[in-house]
Amino acid sequence: MSYSIFRVIKEALNDHKGWGPAWRDPAPKSHYDIVIVGGGGHGLATAFYLASRYGLRNIAVLERGWLGGGNVGRNTTIVRSNYMLPGNEPFYELSMKLWEGLEQELNYNAMVSQRGVLNLCHSDAQRDAFRKRGNAMLLQGADAELLDTDGVRQLYPYLNFNDARFPILGGLLQRRGGTVRHDAVAWGYARAADRLGVDLIQNCEVLDFRVENGATVGVETSRGFIGAGKVGVAVAGSSSRLMSKVGIRLPIESHVLQAFVSEGLKPVIPGVITFGAGHFYLSQSDKGGLVFGGDIDGYNTYASRGNLPVVEDVCEGAMGLMPMLGRARLLRSWGGVMDMSMDGSPFIDRTKIPGLFFNGGWCYGGFKATPASGLCFAHLLATGTSHEVASQMRLDRFARGAMIDEKGQGAQPNLH
Amino acid sequence: MKSRRVSSGRISSTPVHFTFDGKSYIGYEGDTLASALLANDQLLLGRSFKYHRPRGLITLGSEEPNALVTLGTGAKQTPNTRATTQELFEGLNAVSQNRFPSLKFDFLSVNDRLSRFLTAGFYYKTFMWPKSFWESVYEPLIRRAAGLGRLSEIEDQDEYDKGFLHCDLLVIGGGEAGLEEALRAAEQGQSVVLCEEGPRLGGMALFESSPIDRIEVLVAKLQGLSNVRIMTRTTVQGAYDHGVYSAVTQNTEHLAKPRENTPRQTLWRIYSGSAVLASGAHERMIAFDNNDRPGIMLSSALRGYLNYYGVLAGESCVVFGSHDDARKTAADLHAAGAKVVWVDTRETHEKIEGVESYTNARVVDTRGRHRLAQVQVEQQGRRFWISCQALGVAGGWNPRVQLTCHQGGRPKWSSEVGGFVPGVNLPPGMRVVGAAAGDGLTGNWKPVWDLSVTGPAFVDQQNDVSVKDIKLAHQEGYVSVEHLKRYTTLGMATDQGKNANALGIGVLSQHSGKSIEDVGTTLFRPPYTPVAIGALAGRSRGKQFKPTRLTPSHAFAEQQGASFVTVGNWLRAAYFPLASEKHWRESVDREALAVRNAVGVCDVTTLGKIDVQGRDAAQFLNLVYANGFLKLPVGKTRYGLMLREDGVVFDDGTAARLSENHFVVTTTTANAVSVYRHMEFVHQCLAPQLDVHLISTTESWAQFAIAGPKSRELLQRIVDLDISNEAFGFMACAETQLLDGTKARLFRISFSGELAYELAVPTRFGNSLMETLLEVGADLGAVPYGTEALGVLRIEKGHAAGNELDGRTTALNLGLNQMVAQSKDSIGRVLASREAMVQSTLRLVGFKSEEQILTGSWLIPQGQPSDQAHALGWVSSACYSPNLGCYIGIGFIEQADQHMNQKVRAVSLLDNIDREVNVVSPHFIDPEGERLRV
Amino acid sequence: MLINHPLLGPRDAQEFVYKGDARLLQRPDAMVEDSLERFTDYAYNRDNPAGIHRELWYHEQGDRSWLVVTRNTLTHEIVGVELASEVRL
Repeated sequence: MSYSIFRVIKEALNDHKGWGPAWRDPAPKSHYDIVIVGGGGHGLATAFYLASRYGLRNIAVLERGWLGGGNVGRNTTIVRSNYMLPGNEPFYELSMKLWEGLEQELNYNAMVSQRGVLNLCHSDAQRDAFRKRGNAMLLQGADAELLDTDGVRQLYPYLNFNDARFPILGGLLQRRGGTVRHDAVAWGYARAADRLGVDLIQNCEVLDFRVENGATVGVETSRGFIGAGKVGVAVAGSSSRLMSKVGIRLPIESHVLQAFVSEGLKPVIPGVITFGAGHFYLSQSDKGGLVFGGDIDGYNTYASRGNLPVVEDVCEGAMGLMPMLGRARLLRSWGGVMDMSMDGSPFIDRTKIPGLFFNGGWCYGGFKATPASGLCFAHLLATGTSHEVASQMRLDRFARGAMIDEKGQGAQPNLH
Repeated sequence: MKSRRVSSGRISSTPVHFTFDGKSYIGYEGDTLASALLANDQLLLGRSFKYHRPRGLITLGSEEPNALVTLGTGAKQTPNTRATTQELFEGLNAVSQNRFPSLKFDFLSVNDRLSRFLTAGFYYKTFMWPKSFWESVYEPLIRRAAGLGRLSEIEDQDEYDKGFLHCDLLVIGGGEAGLEEALRAAEQGQSVVLCEEGPRLGGMALFESSPIDRIEVLVAKLQGLSNVRIMTRTTVQGAYDHGVYSAVTQNTEHLAKPRENTPRQTLWRIYSGSAVLASGAHERMIAFDNNDRPGIMLSSALRGYLNYYGVLAGESCVVFGSHDDARKTAADLHAAGAKVVWVDTRETHEKIEGVESYTNARVVDTRGRHRLAQVQVEQQGRRFWISCQALGVAGGWNPRVQLTCHQGGRPKWSSEVGGFVPGVNLPPGMRVVGAAAGDGLTGNWKPVWDLSVTGPAFVDQQNDVSVKDIKLAHQEGYVSVEHLKRYTTLGMATDQGKNANALGIGVLSQHSGKSIEDVGTTLFRPPYTPVAIGALAGRSRGKQFKPTRLTPSHAFAEQQGASFVTVGNWLRAAYFPLASEKHWRESVDREALAVRNAVGVCDVTTLGKIDVQGRDAAQFLNLVYANGFLKLPVGKTRYGLMLREDGVVFDDGTAARLSENHFVVTTTTANAVSVYRHMEFVHQCLAPQLDVHLISTTESWAQFAIAGPKSRELLQRIVDLDISNEAFGFMACAETQLLDGTKARLFRISFSGELAYELAVPTRFGNSLMETLLEVGADLGAVPYGTEALGVLRIEKGHAAGNELDGRTTALNLGLNQMVAQSKDSIGRVLASREAMVQSTLRLVGFKSEEQILTGSWLIPQGQPSDQAHALGWVSSACYSPNLGCYIGIGFIEQADQHMNQKVRAVSLLDNIDREVNVVSPHFIDPEGERLRV
Repeated sequence: MLINHPLLGPRDAQEFVYKGDARLLQRPDAMVEDSLERFTDYAYNRDNPAGIHRELWYHEQGDRSWLVVTRNTLTHEIVGVELASEVRL
């Protein structure tokens, strides 16, 4: 049942009777070739690519709640490939290219809007660092431009150029970056995977792994045991809790990231803009709400909520950047649990237990990675080897001293 | 027939003039914009988000989803203002939103006719072809149609304040229940803060027809108590951990001419010992066809406008509901002289004499485009129309439980109350009383959710989510309440689901056959009502966004006309231009030359200084630094390399041994705070047994670099110490004094590579010392120099600084590996030995060129494509060297040996620059260090 | 959040800087053969529990003491606060 304007019109005239469930609600089988734990963006994307690119169909995604109810449904929808290090950038650029073709591939309007991501800089040293990163982006096949103050002013005339504490000296712009409607990504991947025969099992919490003779044979769930040839875990902030069941301690801390949306306003923010002198980033959804956020709260938590100081900090950043926002109102706040890793970069790797594979450590940047994470995890599960662009995203990189540390902050998650 | 003022209710009769959509009106002091417009028979107040249907108010207060207007103009333009809470003031000027060209004639009302095509989630199924059209055509159109009010894009001129309060008890809600709680606690001696959202205490009692003497007595008692702080126009917004609450007070929204310098709003952080939630309850709509016309409102609002504001919304009114509360409305309207028809879904109710009533009946449709004209009633299969101007709906009550959810507690359905009541997991310290707990709401309510026939029957009025949308979402598999909310956008409007959630859950329950408990509910999160971003930012705006830190010699630098640069929160002099110099390079070149040929003075106070004292001070430094400090003689300074525990270079600086048990450590400016934090961690957490004490002295001592061949000559004129090379050799240090007796510390250390010293005096003497040094050194050619020249000098010397210590480079990369002593424990030594780190061939090198070298360029070999695979390294610092007469830089390159004295290309694709540079040693000047030791 | 400082009483957590798991107090012996493996585990692997967590907070805007706070990471309830220099894990 494909989606198109013709279908929309036809069904509208038919009182919508022909729309059926976007995905089936099957009972779990007793065994699958591959079981994906986690029905968020990454888990659903993995299942889709396993089916569509690697031709595997005997697959299930197990989600403890409702599909897409975790971080994929809570983020600030930004997509970009403006990383610097060779362990990261090719991956994110692959993701960017997958975003660009996603709606057609999924037959679901994910509202991919490449409206540009602008990182502002406020000092010579910062601009030099942006130049280094922008050049790295270009060297690795992405797009980047370095703007001066006037260049920024042309895009955002109402920024505080006059009495800013930290004057705007320019910015690094990635024009192909932008936003994507997050719920549509989860639902689009779910529907597409389901159409290819993947079983999406909701309200099915994985409670433990079953390992026999040193190899993974399946998962114990709230709906019984489900056998599996391979198990791929993609549960974001719940990673440590789940992997501890098989004695694996991860280089991850779970932290809350708060995010915010304002009341709906007529269009005022054309792209995505990040402040360089405080933690603050902002865009405007197609429904009119300003979507914005800043730093993590900074302490371990699984509570999916944060405290007041961060809310104030974020709004201080907003006013420092755009004092015309004073009369816009913060409408809704929410929090998600981030799997913050020890160098701020993710893992797509096998574990020390044969048949058990891990995808996590995305910190607060997992949404933009969704397509490439799904593709690379599918590649690993299907072929047993790392995808080229994810080859450094390994769990043992700390033992080897091969950190992928964009911010250069070292082994402290809350600084990444 | 019209809606009109029949009494002054409980407000004054002082007239107030205002305009709405360009038309002038008169209201009363005490009115809201909504009540005043209602009194003037202006019921059409807005257009809905998607279908642009004509809408009027439905509530009395902040839950209002429809009557959103834009207040004010210019910098005061405030979109999405609720007419139902905006207090009227003389000269108030408001316009309606989301309509073009006018409220009455809105082009986009055509959407209403296309509504069957524009159902929930329709946009996910289309707009995909052609591919380029999403961004170029569809999205811009959607964005322009979307949104409600408009920001002026002018800087908000109002000020906002932040305040902090402490209390034993926080009472949230100034209705009867809250007032009683506050009084009881206050009489027991507790300090009480009482927050009431509206301008007046009394809660729902104010909107009933019965007398409010009891309320007035309570209020009077509370006002007389010194341990009670009553805060009206104050909304408690969030319940945070450990009894911390946020609240916002509206200080000036109700004033025509606020007093000067009054902040528009105040954000309060309230630290409470305990809290009582007495926030009351909010009435609920019922879903029936065309339940959204102007004139259709909640039954309690219909009688509230009459009793409090004195406004009768129609000569003929219908009251429709499933709850006893409807009777109060019917009775009050009847007593005010309206013709009232009471339609009740229940089998029986207690009739009112003179009021026509129908039981076992329901309203199933309405008519009237810009204003309600008729409602259709169905009773036992028979349908008939009733003419009326207002319809009050009594669908049951929702306790205002929002704050109980802020820490993850989930409300639970009470079929007895007919609403969601607080669940079991309340924020610690919070109790709930009164209607917020569900008390007194039962009213023989009979569940009635969806009475729609053909539609549209609205559940979320602002977002135009109807019963059909909920059914469609369910049909398409979005069955959980979480999916429902996201797919249909139900509950995501500016009223935050207060009107839509419970009704939507009821409708979903009715259609899915699941009980309400099984359907479940989503959580509420802060803020309780939308909060101005300006209020959350407070005074941290403009230049006050972060503090500005000034160096001790700032006054001198300003006087000299220095150009300043921001370094973190510091303002440092970048260079000191002479009147004749037109370009910064002239000044910087001159300063850098002056240092190497005569003497220069630079304020280096911003570099971190840490005093380390104790019997185990040396041992402590031996642990913190990679190189050794146990044997550092008294009176000597040593360069210190500090690693992070992961073996990456953290910071570098110096440690000076002033006495056996007393060291002074320096850090880079950027890491002053983090190094100090780290050192305290090492001491208190890793080595608490060591007898050592640390204190940051960065702000206590003004410190100046005095550098150049004439520096000794200059200093000898100032300090009371023999600083000949024999008496005070390279890297010496001493506590001493100036010739005038001022306490001082002197360190013979050099960042520039010249003969140099750093002289420290207590901060308050810093400016004067700077002036003195330059005065006394005038004949020697002494000049002040700033951060730019400082940078040129250290690059010429090949010293690594912040750009090189990027948090990824190791001692090995920096050419300092020999400084990491292997025979002792130090932070980072072990993890620095990891495989990939010791195998790294990346090394610090220098670059030389006749053309400008750009920091942030990457190094590509000649003849190779400019891509990552061929990138050898990067340029981390660069400048023009006046002392060498060419451009230089330092940076990192793989396999430095192979490339030494060869050419590579420094490529900046961003700038279209691709230049050849020579790879050389980074120590451009005096590599042997002879000038240091003269 | 409020942290009940053992010397100063309840302070807003905003006065503090958070570091992480208090296991960092148990720094391995650096001068033994298998120190690399132990240090790697010490520096990188974490329990990251959903529940009681002992963690390090630094009172940067107060008295500069390092504290070990015992806090529930699901509810944020703090059940204990001690001076780090007095803690033996």
